[in-house]
Formats: sequence, C-alpha cells, structure tokens
Amino acid sequence: MRWGSAWPSAAGEARGRSVTVGVLALQGDVREHLAALAELEIPARPLRRPTDLAGVGGVVLPGGESTTLSLLLQSGGLFEPLAAAIAAGMPTLGTCAGLVLLAQKVRGGRPDQRGFGVLDCTVLRNGYGRQVESFEAAVELAEPLGGGSMPGVFIRAPLIESVGPEVAVLGWASRPRDGARHPVICRQGNVVAAAFHPELTPDRRLHRYFAAMVASCEFVAARPKRGAGVTPVNAAG
Amino acid sequence: MSEHPETTAHTGTFQVKRGLADMLRGGVIMDVVTPEQAKIAEDAGAVSVMALERVPADIRRDGGVARMSDPALISAIQEAVTIPVMAKARIGHFAEAQVLQALGVDYIDESEVLTPADEAHHIDKWPFTVPFVCGATTLGEALRRISEGAAMIRSKGEAGTGNVVEAVRHLRSILGDIRRLTQADSAELYRWAKELGAPIGLVQEVARAGRLPVPLFCAGGLATPADVSLVMQLGAEAVFVGSGIFKSEDPARRARAIVEAAAHFDDPEHVAKVSRGLGEAMRGQELSALGERLAERGW
Repeated sequence: MRWGSAWPSAAGEARGRSVTVGVLALQGDVREHLAALAELEIPARPLRRPTDLAGVGGVVLPGGESTTLSLLLQSGGLFEPLAAAIAAGMPTLGTCAGLVLLAQKVRGGRPDQRGFGVLDCTVLRNGYGRQVESFEAAVELAEPLGGGSMPGVFIRAPLIESVGPEVAVLGWASRPRDGARHPVICRQGNVVAAAFHPELTPDRRLHRYFAAMVASCEFVAARPKRGAGVTPVNAAG
Repeated sequence: MSEHPETTAHTGTFQVKRGLADMLRGGVIMDVVTPEQAKIAEDAGAVSVMALERVPADIRRDGGVARMSDPALISAIQEAVTIPVMAKARIGHFAEAQVLQALGVDYIDESEVLTPADEAHHIDKWPFTVPFVCGATTLGEALRRISEGAAMIRSKGEAGTGNVVEAVRHLRSILGDIRRLTQADSAELYRWAKELGAPIGLVQEVARAGRLPVPLFCAGGLATPADVSLVMQLGAEAVFVGSGIFKSEDPARRARAIVEAAAHFDDPEHVAKVSRGLGEAMRGQELSALGERLAERGW
C-alpha cells in the first residue's frame, strides 16, 4: 500500500511545518473536530465562505445532516471550489455525513443530494437504522492506523456496503442488528472517511493519521476567483 | 454475551443520545403537521422535523387537551423524509414516550406545548433508548432535566406566539448564570446548587466547562431569519421553529431563508440577503394578550 508509510511518522510533521486545516462549518459537530485538531497542535479554522479556503492544506467534513450540508455547500458557493480542491488532491477527512458527501454512490439519500463522489464506495444512508439503533462499539483498526481497536460512536450512521479496488479499508465493525462485518474507515488517495465519529471520543489516531497525510502532501488551496459561484438562495423563489 | 466481548455494541448510551443532538447543531428543526410539510422542510435544508397534529399557534387557538400525535401521522412523516423525526410527549407521560420509542422516533420532546400529564414529575428518561429534549427557562430547570436524562435542552420561549422575547429571556437567564457559575469558587458552588435546585455534580461540571453538558438549542417564538441570528449570537447552538414557518405567507421560502440564517448567523450581509422579500411573517402575539403561558408548565 503506497500510503502505508504515512503512519506513524510523517515527513512534514518531522520538519515541523504547520499547514492549516479547514473544518467545514456550515452545520454539525464542527467544534469537536476543531478541538481534536487543536489537541494535536494542528492549526485549524472553520470554513463557511469560498474565501475561507485560501491557504488551507486539508479539509474536514464533519458529522451533521448530509442533506443540509449538501444544500448549504451549494447555496454558499463552497461546493465548486471545494470539489476542485479535493479532486486536485487536497487531503480530506470525512466523518459520518462527511463520508456520505465523499462517497461515489449514495443509497437512501435524496435524488438531488450532491456530493463530491471521490471515494469509490457505495453507502446506505442510515444503514444501521434509526436513532434507537445508534450504538457504540469497538472499531478494529488495520495496520496503517496502528492495529488494535478504537471506540466507535455510530449515530444514524451510513453503512458502507461495498468498496472499489482502489479503496483501502482501514477499519471494520459489526452491525449490531445482524452481526455482519462492514468497513467503517476507508481511504482512497488523499481522502479518508469514517462511518462513525472519532471526534466524539478521546482516541486521536484517525485525526493524527489525517494530520500526517496533510503534512506530507504539501497541498495548499489557492484563493478562489472573486465572486465565484455564489448563488443567491432566494433566486429560485 | 458474544464470543468477542470487545465488539459488543451498546445502544441508548448517553454518548449516543447526546451525539445526535451534536449532529443537529447549527441546524433548524421544523414543526410539521403533514408528510407534505415534512418534505418542504427537508427540501429547505431542515436537519430534523417535529411531527405534530397541530402547531403550537393552533393548539393555543383551539384550547382543550393537547396530546401526543396519532402514530399513523408520525409514521407517515417518517416515511416521507430521510432526516431525523422528533415527536412530542406530554410532561410526565412516560407511556406516550414508550409509544413514541416503539414507533422509532429519533428524539422525544417532553414538551410544555402539550397539556402536562403529571403535575409533579417529569419522565425518568434514563431507562429509554431514544433520547429526550426538554424545555427550560432557567439554568436550574435545565440541570434538573439533564439529571433526569435529557440529552438536549431547549429554551421554552413562548410557543405559538411568533414573539421572540421569552426565548431571549430564557437564553439570557441560562447562559448568564452559566457565566456567573464559572466565576464562583468551590464553596460558592454548593450554594448555587441549593439555589438552582440542581445536583452539585452537574453544577460543578457546568462551572468547569462553561457550558451545559448537553447541547443548548432555542425554541419558542422564532419567526424570522434575524430572530435565528439573534438567538444563535446569544449562544443557542441550533433552533426549533414551530408555527413561524408554516403559519407564514410563503413557508418554503421562509424555511430556506431560516436555514441559511442558522448556518451564517454571524454574517449580517448574508442574513440581510436571505431576509429579502419573504412575504408576511406569522402574525404574532403580544404576550400581555395571552391567556395561559405555556412556559410556566414544568418544574
């Protein structure tokens, strides 16, 4: 696996460089991601407008409602520049709704729901059931994340039904309903996503892994063109 | 229980209950009375809908006893949308709450908008798998609800009035007392616990963290994007909009604008842009013209 060496020591981290990570801050558990990055001493800032992307070297798509996030990304003009940056290789971490936004195929979503489609997998929205079936369980980690397990908080979580050949599975967990084992952390290129919420528990391994990706890749987003892609929300009435 | 004890799953933990509230932060939860309204709310970007038979403005107008909604209506709304669906149970009516849990609603609002079923006791929320949100007017009330197992607190405001003044009063009371708690020394916290009528452990936790141990949302009387911006700048982490959307002239457009205002609450230019030409807001009521104050229900 060509990115296996990103853990545990990242070249960029060793050189002491600091790249700023942007956390999409339109809705959801933004504060927990900012706090997780702060714990690791990674400079981070909220992303709300297209201009906030300037100088950002990585992005986190937090937990929240993916339908709401998809809509706000488009109305606020962040969708196009963010899609371009992710396609160009900006390291990206998505959790829960963030995974839904990154997946190529989404089942159980809304037909008009737009995502970035950069992670070759099929996810079923709320595939573990309604809130009464939300659960905590240990996530088994693959070698690149250090092996062993980490706590997983699954909240109306998307179920990863299948992954493509280019995707590395970095974590697994069983669905309580039927005991079926499914991937819950996936990586393809510079995109890593989890079906659960590592930001809600103290284990920082996934954030550290992502920080190492950011540090080693030296991607910095350009400042978007002035006025690019801001759609007035009331235009359609 | 299983061969792999380390892979045992736990449902209904407090982490899982408050976790859903965390995921709703920055969003708008809208009252809906039909599956069609639920679709409009989801189209507009609501993070969740509250399934009801009547919005608070109509409950207020009609009088009589207000109860849990018909399970058929709740199920129809669950079928119509992919976002979480909440429903209301009467204060203290744990059997209504059991029914709502059996229906698989995602959050139960133990709500003063319905007619209370118990004059002294709220529901013991700990035994439930489904999470609860409860209203509060003061920090003491908020902490009592949390001690009973609520995983989200909302201001009560004065539902069905379209008047934001009570929601502002409740938020300022709760957040002002939290700020004062953070300044208190350890001995003073015991007196605070006595005066708030709240467990000392929770009082100490709030003093340490500077915030409630669960998300604090705002409800009761919000009608405009600027109302949403106001309460979120005061410190609310998300908003419930009840009568304010579907009692307005153009619900779809107002709902959309309110979602934008919640996401960009600290950007006045954005709030100005989305507030243009929304049509009539709900009529609204002066509080002095009210008969009963719903916020006075609960203890």
